[in-house]
Amino acid sequence: MSGNSTQADWKKPAAMAIPKEGFFKLEQGRYGPTFPKTPANYGFTIIAKIKPGREAVIREYGKKIEDTIAGLPDGLAVLRLHYLRWVLFDIGPETYFMYQGIFDTDFDKYTEDAVALFTKYGINTIFENLEGFPEDWKSNTPAFIKFVREHQRPSFLEYAEYPYVSADEIKKALRLKDSFSAMLDQMQ
Amino acid sequence: MLELNDIQHILLTRTPALTGEYVFVSFRNPTAGRAWLNGLVDKVRSAAEVQASLASSKRWVTLAFTWNGLRALGLDEASLCSFPDEFKQGMAARAEMLGDTGSNHPEHWVGGLASPDLHAIAILFARDDEERARCVAEHANLVAQCNGVEVLSSLELQATPPYEYAHDHFGYRDRLSQPVMEGSGEQPTPGSGGLLKPGEFILGYPDEDGPQQNLPQPEMLSRNGSFMAYRRLQEHVGAFRDFLREHGQTPEEQELVAAKLMGRWRSGAPLVLAPNADDAALGADMQRNNDFNYKEMDPHGYAVPLGAHCRRMNPRDTAANMNRRRMIRRGATYGPPLPESAPDDGVERGIAAFVICASLIRQFEFAQNVWINDKAFHELGNERDPIIGTQDGTLEFKIPKRPIRKRISGIPAFTSVKGGAYFFLPGLEALRYLAGQRDVPTSS
Repeated sequence: MSGNSTQADWKKPAAMAIPKEGFFKLEQGRYGPTFPKTPANYGFTIIAKIKPGREAVIREYGKKIEDTIAGLPDGLAVLRLHYLRWVLFDIGPETYFMYQGIFDTDFDKYTEDAVALFTKYGINTIFENLEGFPEDWKSNTPAFIKFVREHQRPSFLEYAEYPYVSADEIKKALRLKDSFSAMLDQMQ
Repeated sequence: MLELNDIQHILLTRTPALTGEYVFVSFRNPTAGRAWLNGLVDKVRSAAEVQASLASSKRWVTLAFTWNGLRALGLDEASLCSFPDEFKQGMAARAEMLGDTGSNHPEHWVGGLASPDLHAIAILFARDDEERARCVAEHANLVAQCNGVEVLSSLELQATPPYEYAHDHFGYRDRLSQPVMEGSGEQPTPGSGGLLKPGEFILGYPDEDGPQQNLPQPEMLSRNGSFMAYRRLQEHVGAFRDFLREHGQTPEEQELVAAKLMGRWRSGAPLVLAPNADDAALGADMQRNNDFNYKEMDPHGYAVPLGAHCRRMNPRDTAANMNRRRMIRRGATYGPPLPESAPDDGVERGIAAFVICASLIRQFEFAQNVWINDKAFHELGNERDPIIGTQDGTLEFKIPKRPIRKRISGIPAFTSVKGGAYFFLPGLEALRYLAGQRDVPTSS
């Protein structure tokens, strides 16, 4: 049973406008200000310039990570992610990388777990192609967290068609639907 | 190899002390601080010495310093800067994140613990009251001789009877689950996890991720040291017993309520292995009393509620990255025991404990911020740790049960934070360096 579902009615779509700082009230987490839970749950949007000439390397990484996850479908389960989105885009002659994650845990709270897992599966290696990324990131979690926080761009609006619903709740509902369908099939 | 001759004993040894005293001191100037340290440094025993002399020793001394204390001793700016930010800021400055709000806020702390004038602690553990009195008097003599050293406060420690096993004022058996590190010569009890890399607890050694990074400098200062978070937790024994009586009709039901809050019966028997009735023999058997998991044996919390104290402080196989979150616990109870039939007498009693770890932010602060005080832990929504979480009477505690779970609303505060601090626990050579007995090594 989730306490989150009591936060709002999942049937009532909701939007939330967020102040420029990224939070309504300054609340310190271990590594800096914490960002609020919105109808679209927790998340981050990291935008950083890539090193010149690295675009192809970054794109190739997409395939590598596809294969990693195919072989380890539960690999990232503990992060309780909904989605990760990686985007490359140009501003003038420079190319930027946008890394957007939507998940159900407070970023500040579980940040070391995320770094550890991403490191284990090589997902963070992509960051080596970004300007200003700490070279010793594999062993220096605080430096990695600092980089992420410095490149985080908070949303000013977030919307959800089914607000505050966790990935676990969605999966539970789908499992129920599957077993219900199977039962109906067997009754035919 | 662990340098057992240089590591302060508290990191590796549990001494048979039944009493003791914590003395919190302030240095008006570096000369005064060094005089105090020089008067004590030879009394601090290494892990190797204490292990060899455990049966014959009567007292055990531990020294540690706040960041302000290192500055007050005259440590140079470059070294001071090399310490981690959370240690520099200190526990009181990080109160909001730790959950020390409301009546637990540092403005209510006692003994000068929230003050920047808190510079050092002398932990004087003693085998008996006579030895404690002797140590306290000897320390007072030293302070009297050191012009410019002030005692901010002290706390007398007393084990609570019966003395056969360690337990707190609520009656819960303690010291059941401890991490064990490689090279310590010990083996973890069944269920306590594998041997951990020493760098999880001691500076200068590889940790579970490889070589440690960003160690305080010079290397001689950090080597064989560690960080300690001190917590003085008052236990409201009267309120706790009232709660048990309110929610349990019979003594057996009251024991079950106590067990559900903790995740273990007060005997120490884990609910996962003894879900329906207490099993005192199991509780006392170190080969069996920690041998369980949650993911396979109790995934829904029918034995141990998801928000129970044990399940939060050590989620075992239901949390990621567990080997990087382990902590060594030391400490003692203080204050007189409250007789079972007596109403609360208003006297402060509780636990004065140390959490020892290589990284306060990754280990101690994570436990406080996420495991103890995160209302959304395990998606519980409106709960904090029922024993040591910050409670203001507005939160609840859910006990999963078939067919319908039990929900207890308005959990009162069974404990209050009366003080706390972050200390650096240097190795013996580092203590001598801080005392001015060693030159700065030219190589670093």
